[in-house]
Amino acid sequence: MLSLEVLTMAERLARDLGRPLEAVAIGPKGVAAAGILSSYGVSTLHMADDPRLAEYAPAAWAHAIAELADEVNPEIIIGTASDRGGEVMAHVAARMALPMAANCTEIAPGDPFTVTRQRWGGSLLEEAHLKGRVKLLTLAPHALPAEASPSRAEVSMRPFAPVLDDRDFRVRLNPQVEADTGKISLAQARVVIGGGRGVGSAEGFASLEELAGLLGGAVGCSRAVTSLGWRPHSDQVGQTGTRIAPDLYIACGISGAIQHMVGCRAAKHILAINTDAAAPIVAQADYAVIGDVQKVLSAVNAEIRRVKAGEPSRSSA
Amino acid sequence: MNVLVGIKRVPATAGQITLTPDSQEIDTRYLGFTVSPHEECAVEEAVRLIERHGGSSTVLTLGPEAAVDQLREAMALGIERAMLLETDGREWDPVSTAAAIAEAVHAERAAGRTYDLVMFGNESADSAGYQVGVRVADALDLPCVTGIKALEITDGHAVVRRQTESGWEVADVPLPAVLTVKEGINLPRYPSLPGRLKAKKKEIERSKPQWRDGGLTKVRLKLPVQVGHTVEILGKNGDAGAQVVELLQRLRLL
Ligand SMILES: Cc1cc2nc3c(=O)[nH]c(=O)nc-3n(C[C@H](O)[C@H](O)[C@H](O)COP(=O)(O)OP(=O)(O)OC[C@H]3O[C@@H](n4cnc5c(N)ncnc54)[C@H](O)[C@@H]3O)c2cc1C
Ligand SMILES: Nc1ncnc2c1ncn2[C@@H]1O[C@H](COP(=O)(O)O)[C@@H](O)[C@H]1O
Repeated sequence: MLSLEVLTMAERLARDLGRPLEAVAIGPKGVAAAGILSSYGVSTLHMADDPRLAEYAPAAWAHAIAELADEVNPEIIIGTASDRGGEVMAHVAARMALPMAANCTEIAPGDPFTVTRQRWGGSLLEEAHLKGRVKLLTLAPHALPAEASPSRAEVSMRPFAPVLDDRDFRVRLNPQVEADTGKISLAQARVVIGGGRGVGSAEGFASLEELAGLLGGAVGCSRAVTSLGWRPHSDQVGQTGTRIAPDLYIACGISGAIQHMVGCRAAKHILAINTDAAAPIVAQADYAVIGDVQKVLSAVNAEIRRVKAGEPSRSSA
Repeated sequence: MNVLVGIKRVPATAGQITLTPDSQEIDTRYLGFTVSPHEECAVEEAVRLIERHGGSSTVLTLGPEAAVDQLREAMALGIERAMLLETDGREWDPVSTAAAIAEAVHAERAAGRTYDLVMFGNESADSAGYQVGVRVADALDLPCVTGIKALEITDGHAVVRRQTESGWEVADVPLPAVLTVKEGINLPRYPSLPGRLKAKKKEIERSKPQWRDGGLTKVRLKLPVQVGHTVEILGKNGDAGAQVVELLQRLRLL
């Protein structure tokens, strides 16, 4: 759960408040981070010392953090808004009976303590006041660029032994590493071809698959498509699906609902293929082709095959 | 087994969000309402569990009177009972929401109705606090797994799986437990017409919890800054082939 963005934000907050920046590592792997922590101005690394913490047990990890907080009295505890980060912080908050603001993008300490946080997966922002003797926060991904501190600190390592309860270990999550299928993952692909309701049917995705094959990309889809049972949910891009960050996102027959767009806003370029020039996706895209998905893709696929075969492209013919 | 599902009524925003003039709310004058896809999946999972293992399912929401619509939609899919914790339209933060839900579960327990599973969405669609489920679990002293994408019940245990960047994580938790669900755990059914008609006639159990300050207070909403840009139209229908290929070459994708 080490996030350089969180360290950057935490270092700035600590500097503004004139307080030391301390970190907590749970499980044996945390110790390895000491080198990085030093360049982000961390003065103390608290290391939770209990062999049972080696495995991920969210309530137990939270217990360790809450116990440490009671001892060192921090002004702020900040974590990363990843699945695990958010889960552990929610347990910390519940255990300490304190409010927590998730997915913050800006943090302004003071009275009132003011944060800006993401709603609707980031398509809406909320300015909010946060109370509590300790302010509990998670930082949204990409809230700020990671930047090492101007001054390196000497990190003093301090083990502590939280008093854990068997009840904290009722939930233990054991990793199951999946065999590598060799398939290009949606989240990592350089090109994603996304299909929406406008693709027309499950069979209609054949032309998208073909284009993905030609470009070495992955196929994604909208929620309308998963709800219709045309594609599995693992293909869904958006607020309740996968967030993608390709060089090019080709959105075919997708209207561009905000919940879809938050999933692809990290794409460097968007090409929309849509029959409706007034569809919201067109206004948000960098390039657009106005037309029927199948007609456009069959022309594009044929042209790529021609170029790949070394034939002159039609534009230069 | 008995299952309780918590859902939250939210506006069904689509192409863009418009705020009210005081920036306190989304302008919902032209919008319908729905619940998060995660919660739709939690409802579907509850219906399937009861179909498979017998028992009864209940849906609960803390919200305005109008949230009865969302409760009835859940009943149209096969949920038996519904409870409305009615609010006056003010926003409840995660601390106060979880406290009201936990109190409702305690009241149920006192009335002789206990739950083997309490299910929520991984995060609400609108405020996305990522915490109500965990807080309810803590208040009820139950184990909690968030973000699950597969669930199997055997001998008083729930075996759950959730997805990570590199594969899956598995947990085996004793019941009763709190589970929060992510979309993809199942493909929710569509309501049937008889289901809808039956749901319409069902009674909704109501209570009115007192609003309280949970410590996270909305000051105002703001739309993220949009970087203005222009769209380049690459042609129509079949003419676009060559221009799209040029673009792919320019972006070094071909
Ligand atoms: C809380 C919440 C979370 C959500 N999460 C997600 C999410 O993660 N991902 C997601 O995608 N959605 C999500 N949605 C749903 C979202 O609001 C939209 O309903 C959905 O994205 C619409 O899918 P679509 O664009 O495929 O369908 P539509 O909106 O129906 O659009 C179809 C488009 O296809 C075009 N078209 C039709 N025929 C053709 C043709 N022959 N050729 C070319 N174009 C054609 C039409 O002009 C139109 O623009 C969520 C909704 C809510 C409320
Ligand atoms: N007002 C509410 N009524 C019932 N359930 C809720 C309410 N708010 C949140 N929940 C449940 O808690 C989950 C997580 O919410 P949150 O912590 O706001 O992200 C949601 O997906 C719902 O299942």
